[in-house]
Amino acid sequence: MSIIVDKINYIYEAGTSFERHALKDVSCVIEKGEFIGLIGHTGSGKSTFIQHLNGLNKATSGHIYYDGQDIYEKGYNMKELRSKVGLVFQYPEHQLFESTIFKDVCFGPKNQGLSKQECELRAFESLKLVGLDEKFYYNSPFDLSGGQKRRVAIAGVLAMKPEVLILDEPTAGLDPKGRDEIFSVLENLRKTGITIILVSHSMEDVATHVDRIMVMNDGILKYDDTPKNVFRHHKELEEIGLAAPKVTYIMNDLKNAGFDVDTDAITIEEAKKSILEIL
Amino acid sequence: MIRDITIGQYYQTNSVIHSLDPRVKLMGTLIFIISLFLGMNILVYIVATLALAGLIIASKVPFKFIVRGLKAILILILISAAFNLFLTPGTVIFKVWKITITDRGLKTAIFMVIRLVYLIMGSSLMTLTTTPNNLTDGLEKGLSFLKYIKVPVHEIAMMMSIALRFIPILIDETDKIMRAQQARGADFETGNFIKRAKAMVPILVPLFISAFRRADDLAMAMEARCYHGSNGRTKMKPLKYSKKDYLAYLILILYLGICISLNIIF
Repeated sequence: MSIIVDKINYIYEAGTSFERHALKDVSCVIEKGEFIGLIGHTGSGKSTFIQHLNGLNKATSGHIYYDGQDIYEKGYNMKELRSKVGLVFQYPEHQLFESTIFKDVCFGPKNQGLSKQECELRAFESLKLVGLDEKFYYNSPFDLSGGQKRRVAIAGVLAMKPEVLILDEPTAGLDPKGRDEIFSVLENLRKTGITIILVSHSMEDVATHVDRIMVMNDGILKYDDTPKNVFRHHKELEEIGLAAPKVTYIMNDLKNAGFDVDTDAITIEEAKKSILEIL
Repeated sequence: MIRDITIGQYYQTNSVIHSLDPRVKLMGTLIFIISLFLGMNILVYIVATLALAGLIIASKVPFKFIVRGLKAILILILISAAFNLFLTPGTVIFKVWKITITDRGLKTAIFMVIRLVYLIMGSSLMTLTTTPNNLTDGLEKGLSFLKYIKVPVHEIAMMMSIALRFIPILIDETDKIMRAQQARGADFETGNFIKRAKAMVPILVPLFISAFRRADDLAMAMEARCYHGSNGRTKMKPLKYSKKDYLAYLILILYLGICISLNIIF
């Protein structure tokens, strides 16, 4: 189970005055079980890119292989692809529509054509997975708090049992508590072996959780490496309007001030250890 | 996908017609429509045709944009032509089984088609050369005399401009919701009518909720800026008549005069 993206290009509204080259020769390989952070500025093409992975956007040129099969091949089952590659959009709580939370989570599996029992089982499992209290299951989704709504929406995609879960800015507009809740859900999910792609513009959020960072700028995949290696380019990241975590800057400043600290530290824990070592 | 729909059909270019005051264009459209319905005089229609052709050329809008509006009412035109053609009494000129065509029926049918076609072309020309915002401004100012009989002209105009302003936003929102539901395996394209209508529920419910939320936010933002309706409100770009607008009014009066006198004399 892997996704191979081979030189895809995407051009918006080709042939009109609004034409825009949104993706330029993007290539990468995503392996099973990876936890990837996709980072880029607004308009860098990251949202456009992830919509290619489940076939909602069709690349103007290039190929995408899922499990070794070309998804643009004639007769390829797009509906099945969409259930294997679950995509949670930004502000997913805006897409809730059913009268109860439980029914809303059942929507995905129902579209997969599963039996009622199977649907309910999956809804139950995925609501458990996102840690929503059972007493809410038969309430209206519109009565929940922001963080809870978002977890319900994520459960709605998880209920389809995707092999890859893509989340577009899952913490946008949430308070710190809601954000922590989402990240603890993601950490739990990771243990189940699912591949996760997390889209964000906040390095701080991503740095502490993911094993690999992809940086997009102006439609180009600029860096694709481990967080440590990506943050070594903190000067270049600043030029494209992104920043490394604050810890990286502190460590670099300390180093410049003559302290022999590890500048590759990206989490507060690592930084603390490194500073304590030299004291 | 859904983003391809264009609503509000303003055609951007630089022409005399585009630069006219929207009130002149509204009045012009009204006068043009009146002239079409004055009577069934062939001379009036020749004048109207010449006037319309002149305006279209002056507006620099491609002809295909002007006739595009006709597609929508093609069926209406055909039905009204058929009714007039077959159901008007008069001298029979053609008869098969129970279907009869009379000379008067033929004449009214032809004039009816011309009237409807010109009506659509004339009003299309106005919407193609006036931005929606300008149009509402023109309506507000042009109808401001109705304020004296307690018609809330400003409020109606404000509602119109807000509605127009939100169309592209809601189209964008619909697109997003559709994609999100498709990501959950929703299918909008296959199935019979009932199945497809049911498939719209997951789009419509979130769309309505978001529309209400946006309306709430907008109302709050307007209140926060002390919006309180039309009293004492000034405009950033107030409408002002220029020389060419007065000239246009003069031409309009002349046109109406010619049409009326042609009707009386012939």
